[in-house]
Amino acid sequence: MQGSIADQSALEFEHSSEATAPIAASHHGEHPDLRLFGFILFLTSESMLFLGLFVAYLTFRSVATSWPPAGTPDLELLLPGINTVILLSSSLVIHKADDAVKANDVPAMRRWFLITMAMGITFLAGQLYEYVHLEFGLKTNLFASTFYVLTGFHGLHVMVGVILMSIVLWRSRTPGHYSSEKHFGVEAAEIYWHFVDVIWVLLFL
Amino acid sequence: MTQAELSDLRQLEPEAPEVGHGSNWREYFSFSTDHKVIGIQYLVTSFVFYLIGGVLAELVRTELATPQVDFVSRETYNSLFTIHATIMIFLWIIPTLTGGFGNFLIPLMIGARDMAFPKLNAIAFWMIPPAGILLMCSFFVGPASAGWTSYPPLSLTVNKAGEAIWILGVIVLGTSSIMAGLNFVVTILKMRIPSMPIKKMPLFCWAMLATSALQLTATPVLTGAMILLAFDLLVGTAFFNPTGGGDPIVYQHMFWFYSHPAVYIMILPAFGMISEILPVHARKPIFGYLAIAYSSIAISFLGLIVWAHHMFTSGTPDWLRMFFMIATMVIAVPTGIKVFSWVATIWGGKLRLNSAMLFAIGFVSMFVVGGLSGIMVASVPFDIHVHDTYFIVAHLHYVLFGGSVFGIYAGFYHWFPKITGRMLDETWGKVHFALTFVGFNATFLPMHVLGLQGMNRRIAEYDPRFAGLNLFITIGSYLLAVSTVPFVINAIWSWSKGKVAGDNPWNALTLEWLTSSPPPVENFHVDPVLTTGPYDYGYEEEEEEVALVS
Amino acid sequence: MKVPSTITALVVGIILTLASLWIGQNHGLMPVSASVEAKKIDDLFNAMMAISAGLFFIVQGAILYSVFMFRKRPDDETDAAPIEGNVPLEILWTAVPTVIVMWLAVYSFDVYKAVDGGNAIGNNHMAHQHAPTMASMPGSAMAATMTGGNMFMAPPISVGEDLTQAPLVVNVSGLQYAWIMTYPETGIVSGELRLPQNRPVRLNISANDVIHAFWVPEFRLKQDAIPGQETHLSFTPNRVGTYPLICAELCGAYHGGMNTRVIVQSPEEYQAWETSQKAVASKDPVTVAALIHDEAMASQVKAMGFGTDHSVMNHLRHEAISMTDVVQIAQSL
Ligand code: HEA
Ligand code: HEA
Ligand code: CUA
Ligand SMILES: [Cu+2]
Repeated sequence: MQGSIADQSALEFEHSSEATAPIAASHHGEHPDLRLFGFILFLTSESMLFLGLFVAYLTFRSVATSWPPAGTPDLELLLPGINTVILLSSSLVIHKADDAVKANDVPAMRRWFLITMAMGITFLAGQLYEYVHLEFGLKTNLFASTFYVLTGFHGLHVMVGVILMSIVLWRSRTPGHYSSEKHFGVEAAEIYWHFVDVIWVLLFL
Repeated sequence: MTQAELSDLRQLEPEAPEVGHGSNWREYFSFSTDHKVIGIQYLVTSFVFYLIGGVLAELVRTELATPQVDFVSRETYNSLFTIHATIMIFLWIIPTLTGGFGNFLIPLMIGARDMAFPKLNAIAFWMIPPAGILLMCSFFVGPASAGWTSYPPLSLTVNKAGEAIWILGVIVLGTSSIMAGLNFVVTILKMRIPSMPIKKMPLFCWAMLATSALQLTATPVLTGAMILLAFDLLVGTAFFNPTGGGDPIVYQHMFWFYSHPAVYIMILPAFGMISEILPVHARKPIFGYLAIAYSSIAISFLGLIVWAHHMFTSGTPDWLRMFFMIATMVIAVPTGIKVFSWVATIWGGKLRLNSAMLFAIGFVSMFVVGGLSGIMVASVPFDIHVHDTYFIVAHLHYVLFGGSVFGIYAGFYHWFPKITGRMLDETWGKVHFALTFVGFNATFLPMHVLGLQGMNRRIAEYDPRFAGLNLFITIGSYLLAVSTVPFVINAIWSWSKGKVAGDNPWNALTLEWLTSSPPPVENFHVDPVLTTGPYDYGYEEEEEEVALVS
Repeated sequence: MKVPSTITALVVGIILTLASLWIGQNHGLMPVSASVEAKKIDDLFNAMMAISAGLFFIVQGAILYSVFMFRKRPDDETDAAPIEGNVPLEILWTAVPTVIVMWLAVYSFDVYKAVDGGNAIGNNHMAHQHAPTMASMPGSAMAATMTGGNMFMAPPISVGEDLTQAPLVVNVSGLQYAWIMTYPETGIVSGELRLPQNRPVRLNISANDVIHAFWVPEFRLKQDAIPGQETHLSFTPNRVGTYPLICAELCGAYHGGMNTRVIVQSPEEYQAWETSQKAVASKDPVTVAALIHDEAMASQVKAMGFGTDHSVMNHLRHEAISMTDVVQIAQSL
């Protein structure tokens, strides 16, 4: 036998099951370590999706003779600029929330989360405004299509981030749901938000 | 511990399910989170899809029995092989190898009680039947007919409804595969029993680790391609449509960035299973454990940087062709290490030539043929001749059928006793092997010749000078279809009436054989502790212990 | 009688090598070769066949030997001797395949360069960008360093038989489901590809609707025809005869029927054909179009093995190539 129960006494049995206790716990889906690890893997995978779309965009761009194709109205920079500032600073805000929960200060965490959410929603609204007022539509040309798909896809992620945060907020009503020891949800939401930010920076460039 | 003590312990464990079939079959139709139930769900579901995909293949072959179009229409023919390939790849090989065997075996092999995320696991499985049924339903609206590669602009112009369903199906199946991959990485890296360092993991775990890494990195890009394709198809954008300024070649890059790694997703777990099965039935340690383990990782990495070898005639720039040619050929090295190590494993062993072993050896032998033709087509000048011909069809079936499917059959014979608690019948197994081996070679070997001589693929009508060989192939494929019958009967019959297997019918050393057959709900009556390596056959003290347990 | 194992191994090795080499030369799997390039590709294929045959024999031989010699004896329940590895052996079977594939890569590279001239096959703009650099690319230098210039080095291959001759340019256009060839120098439009023997040819390949692929098995050459970008193929046909021209990329329901012919003629015959066609070409485009249309269809239908199946004819006439399509093409040329 590769492994064996041979020459293990009953005592040993107790002992070894204790050694694997955290593993057993994970069976009930309550193991923060693993979930965080899994979540990071998931984001790696997500970033491959963005990477794929982004590289496709770069390829279209490098193959095209003029880019953006002649006749594409210029994108104005002011609104997206403001939007960027909002999104980036919200990353700082959510980090505050993380600090708060690590200090066991759940009300503060809730406050910071609310602010982050507000900023996220502002960002979405800004983006929506931009979409409505742009002079080109999804089908105008290849540039327009890639623009909408990439930013739209990112917007979708911002939305998911906001939803994640609202779930965390909802859950945090139960006292003791989150604490300095137990705050996978908060951390996940935070990491996700940073992720969304980084992607935006890449897109914006 | 003696046998008696072991069984004492078992009595303490009230949940240990009864040996055999029907303990609670309803569980298999429920949203169970037990990795073993999920594993069996995967195995059975995808086998059903295999039969469907096989029937489609037989329809393809029937059409090709004569040079004329006389059995189905040209449009239908294109749909037949498109759906055939889609089912075989996304609903048979990938779910069986990763979802089925991976799920059932990984937690057992590393001594864990379940996967890291049991719920995620169940969700991943339950995405598969709807996607499969959806795909089948597309036969009512005219299914996708642009090949499993679905190259635009063609895929944007024919059978749009079917194409949309196909895209949706692929996205869902891809997502399921990502979820499964994620689960495996976490489980394998984090949930081994403390006494099992990574270098003592069974090789199947290494293989699954490499596979999952590919699923995580490559599949999202396919999703991206599908999303863009869906926009082109449904909204009318022009990412891949040259009339709107798009570039169809970009799709090909995105598609193959996934689909080449996908072929390793479809073979690495089979490699892993072969590395488990050969030592057990050769009664000899695996030859070169570390080399095999690392070569899985190497293949997985190299697999990510060779995709454009499917595009040697797509107007790919010269330097890219050369890069991808060299990278592709290099894969022969890690794969060769595996093949030679397997041969060295059985060399000098005491081979028990049962059905599992026959299929495992058949795997090595048939895969090498497919691998060698793979290296040939990696050579750009030669590929320019054989690309999109039956030479490629031959290559892909040698690696996918001679490789993956033989591997899966070997796995069935080897682990069936663990999964069901009963043995498969050996005589039927050997008949199954003989028929499959002959039928397989009769079907796919002549395809090499056809391709070299000038028969292109994906055609319903062909030059009459190829009629003889094609008829021969069609007859061979009927034999191949018949060869599944003994297996199906054997499996159904043995599941309820087969010889009771006992915990460890093969005297194998990996952890899954330590627990009862089938294993109880949380796998082990007591948490196992490693005392030896996974393949320590033939060592003095081992022999004593094996004797004790058996 | 006991034969020392080294001698047995040596004998087996020699037999295997000879057998592999013989297979490499005598497999007879390729169709006749009708272009200068085909010869080189066949040599490459023969080399690969020999290597593959050798590897095949080694692996299968070892497997079969094990199956017969090392099967479990009845009522022997013990395990075999525990051998876990053998470092020299493992290094050997890592190194040998590495050398083989490196050699194969270099050899393929050389053949590719010879066949392709660095810019003939492939994408238009890319080829133009890379044409100068390709010539100086470390192809042969790389080859030399990798193999240490040893005897494995593939012999340098000279391109074409008649380098001085300007290539004959033909525009090849694929559309669902026919090929249309235009000879820009003479204005000839045809549904078949007619080429003079031993003169280099350069094809500009394009597609009208979906992706097609130009393939002539006897030339061993294939190139996708991609809508929206032009691709190229250069070669020198060197054998008089009629060969199938096949569409190799799935392009729709009638993909299997999108075949026509390549006719390689002696320069004199070709000249005669050219003269007779020029007369036709001077007529107005619509007539030409009608002409090619019928010719393309006829050859297609024939290739499909249908004789005069009317439903197919009708399908082609009404759906596959609409008349306006053809006219457009003819005019744009
Ligand atoms: C399980 C699936 C699987 C596997 C494992 C492989 C393995 C390989 N494949 Fe294959 N391939 C497919 C599935 C697979 N393939 C499919 C489905 C297609 C068609 C897709 C489509 O168009 O529909 C395809 C197509 C395909 C192409 C494109 C052909 C074309 O369309 O023109 C190429 C080109 O390079 C290729 C190469 C290879 C190579 C080099 C390997 C290597 O990994 C093989 C390595 C193995 C060996 C070499 C044998 C063992 C080694 C030794 C004995 C050592 C000594 C050997 C040497 C020194 C050579 N494959
Ligand atoms: C794992 C993958 C896999 C598997 C297992 C198979 C299995 C088979 N394939 Fe497939 N095939 C592909 C993957 C696979 N194929 C791919 C990727 C393509 C490329 C598609 C494309 O071009 O886009 C392809 C294309 C392809 C073609 C080329 C079509 C063309 O280009 O025009 C052909 C032609 O002969 C073919 C034949 C077969 C046959 C005869 C089998 C046989 O092995 C099938 C054996 C039959 C059975 C297993 C069914 C038996 C069951 C019954 C008879 C019912 C009995 C019922 C009960 C017992 C209840 N396949
Ligand atoms: Cu045109 Cu196939
Ligand atoms: Cu590949």
